[in-house]
Amino acid sequence: MRKITAIVFLMIISFYFILILGEITFGEKYEGVSEHYVEKGIQENRGANIVTSIVVNYRGFDTLGEVTVLFLTATGISFLLGSCKCKNPMKRIKGSFVLRAATETLFPVILLFGAYIFIHGHLTPGGGFQGGTVVASGFLLLLLSNRKYKVNHLPLTITESFAGISFVSIGILGLIFSKSFLANDIIPKGNWNELFSAGFIPLIYIAVGLKVGAELSGLLGDMFKTTEERK
Amino acid sequence: MGSILEYFVLFLVFLMIVLALFAVRTKALLAAVIASGFISLVASIVYLYLKAPDVAMTEAAIGAGLTTIIFVVTVRKTKGREK
Repeated sequence: MRKITAIVFLMIISFYFILILGEITFGEKYEGVSEHYVEKGIQENRGANIVTSIVVNYRGFDTLGEVTVLFLTATGISFLLGSCKCKNPMKRIKGSFVLRAATETLFPVILLFGAYIFIHGHLTPGGGFQGGTVVASGFLLLLLSNRKYKVNHLPLTITESFAGISFVSIGILGLIFSKSFLANDIIPKGNWNELFSAGFIPLIYIAVGLKVGAELSGLLGDMFKTTEERK
Repeated sequence: MGSILEYFVLFLVFLMIVLALFAVRTKALLAAVIASGFISLVASIVYLYLKAPDVAMTEAAIGAGLTTIIFVVTVRKTKGREK
């Protein structure tokens, strides 16, 4: 009986899935709002990467929601892992020589690469979320290679709060001095395809990158906690 | 019709399906985690072929990198085998 119910539900889901897939045309032509994004996006925002101008400017409020979801996830995980008494503690082992030597060399490079990705988010592929994750993977290498290494949560918290506050305050500045929340015409936009261009988009992506990097690094630090540290 | 690149992408999609079935069926949780990380890596190549480098970067960094590590740590903290 359970199998029949499951099959019926799967058939219903796949029916609607195929129906929706049939409606979508891939690479045919742009319609409605996407036409506006593609045609006017570069003129309006002066950002070389249209994806970034959509994510940060046209759908900026959505991005704020995504950042909030990530923040809540990190908070929930640190709340759960900080208070549980797990029966099977994870013993952290010393990394091998190759891992330790590679970490010493690669850690600054990885941080620099992550910062490059989120600072150049309006010019090249990538942006705050990707850059922040790359920064967090640098901290992951430190955690894996060094048994004694602990993530210091105070600077991470300060960075995260500062980044979140600056995101919201840039949006409110748009509300005060221009038409709408996150309106991109307060700062001069500069020329297309330059580092200082696209108005506030690089500023917001730097804030998002710092926030995501700090949150994920804190989350990894919580994951690698052993039982002795909690007491 | 169809260039070599298209057949390669087709192969990658089938590889993803096979890996997903393996990840569901296997009893060893670590193998399932590695398989799902590999699915993300293959998916990022497919996204790159579909000319979405932003999504490809996200998938490679989050799906193949951080999620896999977080699941590996979770498996090590728990028993590591499905009943």
